[in-house]
Amino acid sequence: MTDPIALDDIDRALLRHLSQDAGLSASALGKRVGLSQPAAWRRVQRLQEAGVFSGARLDLDLAALGFGVTVFLGVKLGTKGRVSLADFERAVSAIPEVQTVEHVLGLYDYRLRVTARDIADFERVLRRRIMTLPGVANVDANVMLSEERLPGPI
Amino acid sequence: MFDDTDRRILRQLQEDPTISTAQLADRAGVNAATCWRRLERLRERGVLRGARAVIDWQVLGFTVEVSLRVTLDKTVPRAFEDFAAAAREIPEVLEIQTFLGQVDVRLGLIARDLAHYQALYRDSILTLPHINDLEALMHVARIKTDETVPL
Repeated sequence: MTDPIALDDIDRALLRHLSQDAGLSASALGKRVGLSQPAAWRRVQRLQEAGVFSGARLDLDLAALGFGVTVFLGVKLGTKGRVSLADFERAVSAIPEVQTVEHVLGLYDYRLRVTARDIADFERVLRRRIMTLPGVANVDANVMLSEERLPGPI
Repeated sequence: MFDDTDRRILRQLQEDPTISTAQLADRAGVNAATCWRRLERLRERGVLRGARAVIDWQVLGFTVEVSLRVTLDKTVPRAFEDFAAAAREIPEVLEIQTFLGQVDVRLGLIARDLAHYQALYRDSILTLPHINDLEALMHVARIKTDETVPL
């Protein structure tokens, strides 16, 4: 692995602002951290080139759009029969209601974040799409009540 | 409430949240003025709250990512609030979710390496209030992360 990119306090402030609002212009960012527009642009450019941003996420009021339920699923695959992880990953990623898929070590093999219109809709997704995936042995579901995202160590 | 035009615009915007309005209008198949008006209305109604840059913590040297699934002692009246307030103070905690189910709270935690994780776990996590049970899932790989919804 290559060395992590070095950040100073201004870089960290830029990251904090962008993780709140990815659409900020270089001049707006510059004003907030006390830099000229070109200087802010150059710094953001350097961060971008180093791959610090893996993308942007749209912040939507999902409940207002009719997605009232988010469920975290822990999925355990069957040990017998040697299921192909690649097959499972491909199939689970293709389900539109599945937002994230993470391969984990511990009690479960995969952690999924699933969004649905309501509990009945979630049950449909679970029964028809998730339980029928290749190799699924055991599924543990936790319905999300609240979520907070924090800026992280920057 | 929302018509197909709104949904088309949001669908395209989900794919590329930092796209210009002109490009977005083009991809959603509406004229620029309509697109702009629709976006404005979605913002006013609080449906569209903005776009957030997603940081790749690996690039910043945080190579370990762990999900901590916590069960709290619910006999304590303010267990959730106390726990969340203390967890919020740990800079390496990226996400706090509360649940209805076997697990009460999940913390998304990052660390520079396993030694750093061990230190965080011992000094910051195990000292959080009202923990009844705690189990860790170590992230190996992200397979899908777009977090889009089927609009």
